[in-house]
Amino acid sequence: MLVKIGVFFNFVVGAILAVPIVRYLMSPVARGRAGGYLDWLSLGGLDQFPAGQTRLATYRNPVRNGWDGETADIPCWVRNVDGQSFQVFAINCAHLGCPVRWFPESNLFMCPCHGGVYYQDGSQASGPPPRGLFQYSHKVEDGKIFIRAGETPTTGSPTALLKVGKGPSCG
Amino acid sequence: MRLIGRLGSWLDARLQLGKPIRETAEHAVPRDSASWFYVFGSAALTAFGLQLVTGILLATVYVPSAGEAWNSLQVLNHDIALGWFIRGLHGWGSNFMVAIVLIHMVQVFLFGAYKYPRELTWMLGVMLLLVTLGMAFTGQVLRFDQDAYWGLGIGASIVSRVPFAGPWLVNLLLGGPIIAGATLSRFFAMHVFLIPGLLIGFVCLHVLLVLKLGVNEWPVPGRIVRRATYLQEYHQLTHTKGVPFVPYAVWKDILFSGFVLLSIAACAVFFGPFGPGGPPDPTIIQTAPRPDFFFLWIYAVLAFLPPAAETPLLLTAPVVGIALLLLLPFIAGEGEKSWKRRPIAVFIVLLTAVTLGSFTQLGLHTPWSPVMDAWSSMPIPRAYLHGRTALERRGAIVFQEKQCRNCHSLDGQGGKRGPALDQVALRLTGDQLVRQIIQGGGNMPAYGKNLSPAEATAVVAFLHTLYPEGQAPARDAAQDLALGADQARTPPR
Repeated sequence: MLVKIGVFFNFVVGAILAVPIVRYLMSPVARGRAGGYLDWLSLGGLDQFPAGQTRLATYRNPVRNGWDGETADIPCWVRNVDGQSFQVFAINCAHLGCPVRWFPESNLFMCPCHGGVYYQDGSQASGPPPRGLFQYSHKVEDGKIFIRAGETPTTGSPTALLKVGKGPSCG
Repeated sequence: MRLIGRLGSWLDARLQLGKPIRETAEHAVPRDSASWFYVFGSAALTAFGLQLVTGILLATVYVPSAGEAWNSLQVLNHDIALGWFIRGLHGWGSNFMVAIVLIHMVQVFLFGAYKYPRELTWMLGVMLLLVTLGMAFTGQVLRFDQDAYWGLGIGASIVSRVPFAGPWLVNLLLGGPIIAGATLSRFFAMHVFLIPGLLIGFVCLHVLLVLKLGVNEWPVPGRIVRRATYLQEYHQLTHTKGVPFVPYAVWKDILFSGFVLLSIAACAVFFGPFGPGGPPDPTIIQTAPRPDFFFLWIYAVLAFLPPAAETPLLLTAPVVGIALLLLLPFIAGEGEKSWKRRPIAVFIVLLTAVTLGSFTQLGLHTPWSPVMDAWSSMPIPRAYLHGRTALERRGAIVFQEKQCRNCHSLDGQGGKRGPALDQVALRLTGDQLVRQIIQGGGNMPAYGKNLSPAEATAVVAFLHTLYPEGQAPARDAAQDLALGADQARTPPR
């Protein structure tokens, strides 16, 4: 009887201890979108992004730790469509997240991993990607272009980027 | 010597371990099991021992911080005496361990050692394979370079495809919504504490079961395993014709383990440590991420799965595969042990080996990837320009400039994503070339918006000259009729 009470007591204490432990382990999930994600991040002045061209830009992860090192700097592709409208593409291929490269001569993005290719508007051109490139929501203000960012876009969670468009339909 | 003996008996009077250790060492094993085929289990354990020692040595210098890990690996490689050698031992030890575990598994499978009563031993072995692969993958992440960074991205992309929980799992895997400092810290905890803990636990149980149930006897064709009679038969085999494990069998284990350690050391000396590759700076995008050797086949499979089947297969195939491995002793727990009477088992091993080998080979060459610098680094072979008109040569320039070469090879040089174009004029007429280039199709992007009419005309004129001597290029027979054969046909060179 006393043993049973002892076991039951330990079971209760264990259950109580499990709550903070699980909460601690789940903190990356439960943290949600910290304030930083709602800030607009500047990618620089519009003069860096000439009309009709696509250029690489980088931003610092809005929610970072001191020990992130180089991983805090994230690249993205900025396309100045016609001097008026812009598209900002995530660097990550929509297939498995490898860094896509822009080829201005053929107006294509190519992925080095499994050969995904995208047109200049981000729509899928060939290869295994199931969709077009991910796009950041962006705005232009005071001669600068701003985006909302800080999450790795992945195929399974296309909403990973805030207010991400569905990506242009396949041409 | 007498002092050591007295110290020994003093300890044994208290610990009382001498007798059980002696009994364990001298337990009877079937005479035929003292074989060179039975050395892989102990060799895997030896490799793991080396990993433990070298891992602890590396941990005295390695800094598990995203900002510093890569620098600390450089210090290990270049500044600390023989740091490169310890890294080499750990890296090659990892490859050897995975390889030996796989060989051990194949041997156990072919010798029917997973059958009654050793089902649980096999299942723990499957768990050991999984944790060994887990160690290999997390270890690759700790070598925090470009491949590790983008490899994590691939892992996150796969995990994200789990229905409903995908985005959560990504955050759980990465320690946040993005690959950063928290990611490396948790992979360090997994590689150094969590998975080794599991590994040690599984190894203890696995070895305990081998001792309790005895080493598998040499399979003889026609000697059938039956639940009702096996234990008695095995008892007879070991106690009438058996030999003590020490020294009759153990010397082969010891010798082979020594050979494995020497091979690992030799590889470490001759080939050196693995990387690290470029720094884990995501803004350096001139990189082609590749996983380590034992994961190359997965990387290759991911290039071939059709998009519609990719997610379902990614999520179900590993589960089905692991379940099949775990359930194997219950599917075929009795019957023949000898591979000579188990053709399907032999076939499964061969098929698996050929499949994994082929995909690994493809993963080493990645024919599906565009060659990113082919257009600027591989000139058009001179023979392909000789005797061509100005328009055709202009077409050759367009061909290079528009990066066609990244996916299409000429004279064996260039991408393998699309077909080689050395003889394209034999396959396609001029009109078909125009259509293919402008509209794309068959996995080729459409170039309609990216080529001016003049450029398109030039590149088609160039491609139309690509056919071998003595053969005529493809032609449209209907055009011959309409225009007259002389006008429509290009004369063979």
